[in-house]
Amino acid sequence: MIHLTIDGIAVEVEEGTTILNAARKYGIEIPTLCYLEGILPDGSCRLCVVEVVSRGRAKIDTACTLRCSEGDEVFTMSEKVVESRRNSLDLLLSDHRLHCFSCEANGDCKLQDYCVEYGVEKTSYKNMEVRECEIDDTNKFFSYDPSICILCHRCVNTCNEIVGRGSIGTMNRGFQSIIGAPGGKKWIDSTCESCGNCVQACPTGALSMKRRKKYRAFQADKKVRTTCPHCATGCQMDLIVKDNKIVDCVGADGPSNHGLLCVKGRSGSFDFVDHKDRIRHPLIKNKETGEFEQATWDEALDLVASKFTEIKNNYGGEALAGFACSRSTNEDIYMLQKMVRTAFHSNNTDNCARV
Amino acid sequence: MRLDNVEALAKCREQARASIDAYTCRILVCSGNGCMASGAQKIYDELSRLTEGLNQVSVEMQKDVPHIGTLKTGCQGLCEYGPLVRVEPYDYQYVKVQVEDCAELVEETVKNGRPVERLFHRDGDAVYEHPMDIPFLSKQTRIVLENCGNIDAESIDEYIAAGGFSAFAKAITEMTCEEVVEEIDKSGLRGRGGGGFPAGTKWKQVLRQKEKERYVVCNGDEGDPGAFMDGSVMEGDPYKLIEGMMIAGYAVAAENGYIYVRAEYPLSVKRLKHAIAQCEEYGLLGDNILGTGINFHLHINRGAGAFVCGEGSALTASIEGNRGMPRVKPPRTVEQGLWAKPTVLNNVETYANVPKIILQGADWFRTIGTEGSPGTKTFSITGAIANTGLIEVPMGSTLREIIYDIGGGLKNGATFKGVQIGGPSGGCLVEEHLDQPLDFDSVKKFNAIMGSGGLVVMDDNTCMVEVARFFMGFTQRESCGKCGPCRIGTKRMLEILEKIVAGNGEMEDLDTLEETAKFIRERSLCGLGKSAPLPVISTLKTFRDEYIEHIVDKKCRAHVCKAMQAYVIDPEKCKGCTKCARNCPVSAISGNKKEAHTIDTTKCIKCGTCLENCSFGAIYVQ
Amino acid sequence: MLDQSYYDTADRIIEQYGKYPKSLIPIMQDIQEAYRYLPGELLTYVAEKIGITEAKAFSVATFYENFSFEPKGKYVIKVCDGTACHVRRSMPVKEAFLKELGLSGKKHTTDDMMFTVETVSCLGACGLAPACTVNDEVHPKMSPEKAVELIQELRGGTHEA
Repeated sequence: MIHLTIDGIAVEVEEGTTILNAARKYGIEIPTLCYLEGILPDGSCRLCVVEVVSRGRAKIDTACTLRCSEGDEVFTMSEKVVESRRNSLDLLLSDHRLHCFSCEANGDCKLQDYCVEYGVEKTSYKNMEVRECEIDDTNKFFSYDPSICILCHRCVNTCNEIVGRGSIGTMNRGFQSIIGAPGGKKWIDSTCESCGNCVQACPTGALSMKRRKKYRAFQADKKVRTTCPHCATGCQMDLIVKDNKIVDCVGADGPSNHGLLCVKGRSGSFDFVDHKDRIRHPLIKNKETGEFEQATWDEALDLVASKFTEIKNNYGGEALAGFACSRSTNEDIYMLQKMVRTAFHSNNTDNCARV
Repeated sequence: MRLDNVEALAKCREQARASIDAYTCRILVCSGNGCMASGAQKIYDELSRLTEGLNQVSVEMQKDVPHIGTLKTGCQGLCEYGPLVRVEPYDYQYVKVQVEDCAELVEETVKNGRPVERLFHRDGDAVYEHPMDIPFLSKQTRIVLENCGNIDAESIDEYIAAGGFSAFAKAITEMTCEEVVEEIDKSGLRGRGGGGFPAGTKWKQVLRQKEKERYVVCNGDEGDPGAFMDGSVMEGDPYKLIEGMMIAGYAVAAENGYIYVRAEYPLSVKRLKHAIAQCEEYGLLGDNILGTGINFHLHINRGAGAFVCGEGSALTASIEGNRGMPRVKPPRTVEQGLWAKPTVLNNVETYANVPKIILQGADWFRTIGTEGSPGTKTFSITGAIANTGLIEVPMGSTLREIIYDIGGGLKNGATFKGVQIGGPSGGCLVEEHLDQPLDFDSVKKFNAIMGSGGLVVMDDNTCMVEVARFFMGFTQRESCGKCGPCRIGTKRMLEILEKIVAGNGEMEDLDTLEETAKFIRERSLCGLGKSAPLPVISTLKTFRDEYIEHIVDKKCRAHVCKAMQAYVIDPEKCKGCTKCARNCPVSAISGNKKEAHTIDTTKCIKCGTCLENCSFGAIYVQ
Repeated sequence: MLDQSYYDTADRIIEQYGKYPKSLIPIMQDIQEAYRYLPGELLTYVAEKIGITEAKAFSVATFYENFSFEPKGKYVIKVCDGTACHVRRSMPVKEAFLKELGLSGKKHTTDDMMFTVETVSCLGACGLAPACTVNDEVHPKMSPEKAVELIQELRGGTHEA
């Protein structure tokens, strides 16, 4: 074990731990824009710099790359560190179209948060060129605006290293770098499956879910942690609720998904809740008019029970089958097959969760 | 012909020497990049044609080589006077040889042994018959370049005859891996690619790794504009580099080596490929080298046009087939380099030093150069200098020796203003540094870096602000774009410099420049980013007055910055021929016939047409 | 849609370097050498063959200056703007080329696909500054006048491609 101090707090970590992880372990916040847990640090945003006095020598370097060594004294908010972060933010802002009020990420943007925290209201550079590229909004669920992209590469690293799809990449070089689909193609024409994990990884509004246009982060009333209703993986997700309606869904850190979601989980698992076509009561078709009419649960259940019994008596249990929807919970599915076997006297039961 | 053991190599050497001694006359045509560009190929073809009938004796080892050999040699180092031809055994050095001269050369020198005096190099009254008479060559110490220009760069036999591969043979027969590493460590050889990191330390660290699969990589991505030393070695003596890498491979127990060659050096690639094929044929590369059971394979990777690939981790990323972007360290290249395996990464010149050190020992090497930087350093001297070319001098030589004694002073006797060392990552040395000994440590003290050794000499016709803008433009274009300081910072600095050069600068711009430069220097992810602002930092320090002139007086003393130029007609000299007025594309010149004309500076677009057209030299730039 | 011969050439080149991700750059270099540019469809094909994603292939190709997705002219003129050439006034040489060929900073290739003019950082021929190359053959000590002459000579077809 290695012993050091971070901002005067005694810290004990395993050998090889980075200063950033050591600080996080002890609840000491160090700002990062590009850091992505679980992969080699990108080291591109330069925001996580800290001052370290190691063996009597002071240096400033990035906390995501520096490994802790015995006796280090780390200062995460020294004057030099703060100045360096200010300079980093200043430069990032100089290549970032400032239109925060109309930006979907307003209030939920790490760049904005840090700029507020470090007092960088606007860039000090004048007459500078900002990358102006076309917004790519061909994807059904999200859009990419290069003029506010800070090239932290979290999206690309997520797609390549974590999701493993490799649909997008960093194209061109240097100041002209841009994130996108290969060969000048639009996002929609790439191999992208619209899982949206890149969007969730984006610290700014450069990659933004289109549904975010309908609400701002600070307008949300609450977040509800739940399990994705689609398949049996059991991904954890947070549903964002505003005015008692679900407006958004983001991946949460669950044991099976670690923040990731698939396209169905992220974009196909909540908007039916308030859909106007959603059936909210049992309906029984009126034989005379041919229209569905509202009924009570007792009426509805009595009707299907009598019909099932009739079929079973006339044709035997084999004439019946039960098929469970994969979006049901395991408990419900269990109960269904139990009913098919014991009440229907049939082994014809299955479920469509075969992903 | 496969050499099955060390004795076979020795025998091969004897035979090669004998066949070379059998030449009655050898004509060496320099085929370095410079001379090739001045038409060396045509000279070679012509001389080959003219000497064809003179082929009388067949030489056993080199059946194809005519009795009078016309050889393509590497850079002889006097690029300014190419194409160069040397004739042995008379040791006549001919310069600026033209196709028309070949017949006389063959007739007089080859057939009759008489010199063609008009082809000798001249400087004022002095005539130089032999290469070593020329101060440019006589004042140098050549270790790395010893064979360049003296052997056929496409003949392994000549290299072997010149003692080639004896260092490798010595290493594998008389020394253990550890002893080789120890010898390199003791020699104090420092990486010639830029930072001057001790090569021995690197090798030691690789040797110490637990992982057994290791690589030897050569950085031949000499990207600094104004530097061509490594290219010259790869072209002129590829075998020496190969031998150096073979020794490194043996020392750290690596079985594979990679040479990463800059895209702009097709001749280097060709020569290296040829040399590797020959080495494989001779059993010097491949499996079971010289019957010792040692395996070493060499591969060539061509760069694809990215300066940043000169940075170690970017270079290995490029070999792996990725974007050439530096990654964060640790892990360092010696721990996890190419394919995340321990890797020795040195540049061409560093490897080329290795054979001699093994052969003559670390103590010998330490007698050359300075205490902290033993050995020699190659430089390419270019720019406003009389003799441009490739040189090699002991570490610790002064700029004065390099520029005046070897380089022959400034071109056209102009005034020395400064010399850019270390390329776009380096800094500018000026008058006060002329007598300072140059080595890795001293150069660093002058806010510059040794870099790979490009020296661009600048005279008073050079605008230092423009030079700073030029370098900034280069690094900005070449920034890989990974980290913010370099990607955005260099762009912002370039914008400010462009603004100043265009005559729109403000004094506060200098503060912004300095602050941004400092930030980039301290916070960039890789070495290239960190050194990107050096040219601006050093010119701002030394030539601040020029910046201020551009900003306050809107004046460029070197008359380089277009925005600050004014074309003026000297009324004394103007004859009123109206030629300038007729040629001016924007009708900015007016005046009556046979009377002095004037230029309306508000209309003038500074295209320079008038100046080119004036037959009386009446128009000048202010 | 590219002619089948392009894919055959690509197959041959892939065969030579092997179907590994590390072969990407050499394969692209050889394709570019064969066609003077890198056809995008062919790169997609190569990516699939050597087992990398299309995005990866394009992100690598767009990183390096040497790869061009635009067809280049028969004669590719590279004007060196290295330090030595720059201080010996290489830019007027480039301007002369551009003017003579009716090109601009944005338009690099003539409509008849005869000439492409580019700037390179350093050709390593600093002793001969300012220098340029035509299809990798170095032309030393250029001047705006010599540039115009060179174009005329090339147009006359006296120069081998």
